[in-house]
Amino acid sequence: MNNQAEFVKDLVTEHGTNRESLLPILQAVVEKDRFLSENAILKIAEETNIPAADVYGTASFYSFLDIVPRGKYVIRVCKTITCAMKGKNQILLALEDFLKIKLGDTTPDKLFTILETNCLGWCHKAPAMLVNDDVYTELTPNMVVDILSAYKAEADKE
Amino acid sequence: MTTKTKQLNRIDLIFKNENDCKEILQKSFDRSHEEIINEMVNSGLKGRGGAGFPTGLKWKLTAEETEKKKYVICNADEGEPGTFKDREILTRVPHKVLAGMAMCAKIIGAKEGYIYLRGEYKFLVPQLRDELKKFHKIMDELNLDFVVDIFLGSGAYICGEESALFESMEGKRGEPRNKPPYPTQCGYLNKPTVINNVETLAHSYTIMKYGAKKFRELGVKDSWGSKVFSVSGDTPIPGIYELELGMSVQDFVDDFGDGDTKAVQVGGASGFLVPRKRFAKSHIGYQGKLTGVSLPTGGSMMIFNSSRSMYNVLNNYLDFFEEESCGQCTPCRVGCQQLLKGIKAVKRGEKPAAYLDKLLKLTDTMRLTAKCGLGQSVANSFSSIVENFREEMIY
Repeated sequence: MNNQAEFVKDLVTEHGTNRESLLPILQAVVEKDRFLSENAILKIAEETNIPAADVYGTASFYSFLDIVPRGKYVIRVCKTITCAMKGKNQILLALEDFLKIKLGDTTPDKLFTILETNCLGWCHKAPAMLVNDDVYTELTPNMVVDILSAYKAEADKE
Repeated sequence: MTTKTKQLNRIDLIFKNENDCKEILQKSFDRSHEEIINEMVNSGLKGRGGAGFPTGLKWKLTAEETEKKKYVICNADEGEPGTFKDREILTRVPHKVLAGMAMCAKIIGAKEGYIYLRGEYKFLVPQLRDELKKFHKIMDELNLDFVVDIFLGSGAYICGEESALFESMEGKRGEPRNKPPYPTQCGYLNKPTVINNVETLAHSYTIMKYGAKKFRELGVKDSWGSKVFSVSGDTPIPGIYELELGMSVQDFVDDFGDGDTKAVQVGGASGFLVPRKRFAKSHIGYQGKLTGVSLPTGGSMMIFNSSRSMYNVLNNYLDFFEEESCGQCTPCRVGCQQLLKGIKAVKRGEKPAAYLDKLLKLTDTMRLTAKCGLGQSVANSFSSIVENFREEMIY
């Protein structure tokens, strides 16, 4: 937890305690931990002097600022109309099948979380998904297996 | 490209390979502010994000404000379903967008600018940072005190609404503000702010370079110029196309459809669905918004062929709105939930078909009473789908 406190402190030093700095600070914590823990929220509140309720209220508004634990790799499959028309469900099934979890869940090894998201802006190359910040388009169930295998291999190396 | 005989004119202005931003800015800086504003006003350029506010007027109103601190913001929170052209513009010609921002900053007297980039496009940040380095060097050479930074969103469609975007930048929930006051008076940090769509800014570079007269050689009255369209759905050639404003949906479908087009959604989920029988009479542009004949759009063109269920389409849109409603005002928060529940109940036979009319009335109420464009525009797709494909909603 000490690490967490140091990390938040450094972030606040870097971005400042203005309210305008709140989103960048929250984003940086999510980038590192993949979610905002209660401790992180309290620490950010303490360091920035913004009420914890406001920090939580802001964080919980944004779909990319998760407030429940997520895997190291958060998969967000686009579910909006064009992706839905072009086989989003098959992609989801392939993900669930490969990871042996359901939509919304995280693998027991805390490596992957499967989520759905709204329009990613790749309708001309549907279906699309994000793995953290990386974009994958024109997906097929086979591609999904290759993509996830690569992430698994990357995690194994670390 | 297709091999049809009659083809819409493909325009090559926005993505044209031009690397003279410094020279164009220098040339423009030598002119008076009034001249530049007149050029912008005369061009007839209207906001390319979808709302269509005259850009020159926006710049003029902000320039007239006496407040010392002002901001220029590029709205790159491209979240409307079916829209992806801003990402392409920021990828291929970011320097034109930045030149537009610099021009605007010079005129209104802003020293700080931001690109509000949706979180989904975070992968663009490194290349944009490189571009900003080059840009700031040009600003130094031109002696303009103007710095641009990137602000990342975090997955909220509503933050594309300008006042919600300011709230978000201020570290708050992205909840739209009451208007007036408008951003030209009271925007980011309550200072006068010009907020323009990515494409609008790129067009202003084109206007600086070629002049208002040249800009108006394209398009039709009240909808001058070209526009970048995001084409997706049931089409053999999905992608990004720059076309002239004023085209009919029929001409568009002849070019982009798969031969079996049943309907086209113009302007994304918050826009209108045009059924086949209206293709010929519907035109793409800003004029006559209320007649339903001219359709304003941020450039999203989603094509549906006869294999698609319009019930599924509407269900998908409502699911989207119900999730993306910020929840601040009751008409939108509860309205979206009830519309979604309502069409499902009708489909399952739990409610009579006439219940659809009640839901249509509800969208009228939302159009009148919702606080921002999100809640107000749910009525667009809802009514155009339910009225044209009523039987698909029931059976």
